[in-house]
Amino acid sequence: MSSTFVGMPPFPKAASRAVGDAQLRHNLRKATHTIRDKRAAVVAEQPDWAALRAAGAAVKTRVLRHLDGYLEQLEAAVERAGGHVHWAADAAEANRIVIDLVRATGETEVVKVKSMATQEIDLNEALAEAGITAYETDLAELIVQLGDDRPSHILVPAIHRNRAEIREIFRVAMAAWGRPAPDDLTDDPRALAEAARLHLRERFLTAKVGISGANFAVAETGTLVVLESEGNGRMCLTLPETLISVVGIEKLVPTWRDLEVFMQLLPRSSTGERMNPYTSMWTGAAEGQDFHLVLLDNGRTKVLADGVGRQALRCIRCSACLNVCPVYERTGGHAYGSVYPGPIGAILTPQLRGLGSELDASLPYASTLCGACYDVCPVAINIPEVLLHLRAKVGASGAHKVEKLTMRAARRVLSSPALLAASQRTAGRFRRLTPRRLPGPLAAWTDTRDVPAPPPQSFREWWASREEQK
Amino acid sequence: MSSRETILARVRSALADIPFAETPDAVPVPRDYARTRTGPDLIELLRDRLVDYRATVHLDTPVAELARARGRLMVPPGTPDEWLSGVDVVRDDPPLSPAELDRLDGVLTGCAVAIAETGTIVLDGGEAQGRRALTLVPDHHLCVVRRDQVVRTVPEALERLDPTRPLTWISGPSATSDIELNRVEGVHGPRTLEVAII
Repeated sequence: MSSTFVGMPPFPKAASRAVGDAQLRHNLRKATHTIRDKRAAVVAEQPDWAALRAAGAAVKTRVLRHLDGYLEQLEAAVERAGGHVHWAADAAEANRIVIDLVRATGETEVVKVKSMATQEIDLNEALAEAGITAYETDLAELIVQLGDDRPSHILVPAIHRNRAEIREIFRVAMAAWGRPAPDDLTDDPRALAEAARLHLRERFLTAKVGISGANFAVAETGTLVVLESEGNGRMCLTLPETLISVVGIEKLVPTWRDLEVFMQLLPRSSTGERMNPYTSMWTGAAEGQDFHLVLLDNGRTKVLADGVGRQALRCIRCSACLNVCPVYERTGGHAYGSVYPGPIGAILTPQLRGLGSELDASLPYASTLCGACYDVCPVAINIPEVLLHLRAKVGASGAHKVEKLTMRAARRVLSSPALLAASQRTAGRFRRLTPRRLPGPLAAWTDTRDVPAPPPQSFREWWASREEQK
Repeated sequence: MSSRETILARVRSALADIPFAETPDAVPVPRDYARTRTGPDLIELLRDRLVDYRATVHLDTPVAELARARGRLMVPPGTPDEWLSGVDVVRDDPPLSPAELDRLDGVLTGCAVAIAETGTIVLDGGEAQGRRALTLVPDHHLCVVRRDQVVRTVPEALERLDPTRPLTWISGPSATSDIELNRVEGVHGPRTLEVAII
């Protein structure tokens, strides 16, 4: 069972630990650069990319501004097509709904397609407590689950692991979960993928309950859409008799036609492919399946209530912003203390969970504000704008007392020429006594910087003495 | 209050800043992107893109000839007889279990639409396609694309598709990039995708 993010240290602490791990930095650099180059190539191939991006942003804005009506429309369409719709105000309620649905089938095992929403609510842990085993079937999720690890990337949750580490995890842990890894397993990606295929094959063919998320839900038709690569998604979505999809309320698009925009934006932005190998689209009880849609709030309406922060709900979870972020590239995903890492996580997590914890209040600062994330975002979320907006909120909430006191003092000194001259003279005279590290709470500033030595003479003093010499 | 009412009430209060009279259509959506494009020959483009994602492509080879080389094939309802001459055929009647599908050599289907720019084939469960499991469990998928089913762009494909049908979009064989971002073909879906354009 993968561990959860509860009790994580604030970003700077977790980040400094991650930055010290040379293997991790190497894995991340290689992976993020590979994928960002692939993305750039296939985006350049699409002459109307800017127009698609503008349309994608506008469609999502339309949905969010009229979300209540679209949710009711989706519910009606899914029910008309024979599906059942459940509403979950928070994680606990969503987990309870899913547990009850699984229990009603009499099964104690479920197969899962990679889903951010079910990770966000710690569904696997809740199922385990209820005596239900959830088997992750996406290769990267399998690596995370077998390694008793946490996901570190939205698209490639095991991006922090290299092939040798993956081989070791398979060798040690596969047997406890089912078919063991072959004795002669090498670290060739082909061999590792084959081991995962064999490990999961029997499980797929006998599974009675599947659990998924969804990339999109079309309000007009009730159609759900899942994009994937390996075929594990198709297995979980089509073979089981019962399918339960947990979907955030922001995943809606108004009409069938809107998918023509997102089916171009998402694959190119996320895996850097013209199209991902498999996409499944189904409406209600497809092919006689028992279908349940669980609509999840869990903080999304709080995000929606913020006129500036609301745009974070446009996110289609492509992870392009992670792959270009200079901070993510060095710290990896775990430091963000949430299933949503990287730039989008830095604005989404503190809004979903609130700024109450030290970790969540530190996330808006996990950025250099370089803006690369905004440039690549396929739905044009202005991440730097939201980061600044959240920083202002953290400031207004009473945090950063020392910084505020310092700034207040600085304002007094800087707005009075006499005071400024006096303090510059004093600093210049005692410059040899300048400490390298500041005392007390100010030490946080000098942990990563030296205190600059004051000049012997201020510019004004120098100018005045120059005039005198004339 | 039910959770349904709770969530809808939260949404409405969160959107208190939206003018009451605003309708969804009043939020402008610019649709300046291309619906179609001119460019290289449609069939050539489709072939290139399919090959790029490691599918095997045949142009104008008789389907039955390709199918005969593949052993025992699942054949969905509505498959034209001319594709089947001399082929060792298995029918899904009564429906086969997943384990039984797993023992077949492959599956032969048609499709609903093919998208040239992205190298994508879309199945909708209609004539010669069958239920979704048929093209998922067997390890080899031989898919026939008629020239009149090929469109250039994604928007053109959506116009031809019916959202009430279960749809499967296929772009090359099953693949993963989860290990160091290296693309590896062949995980859980069919490890070989063979496309016959006729």
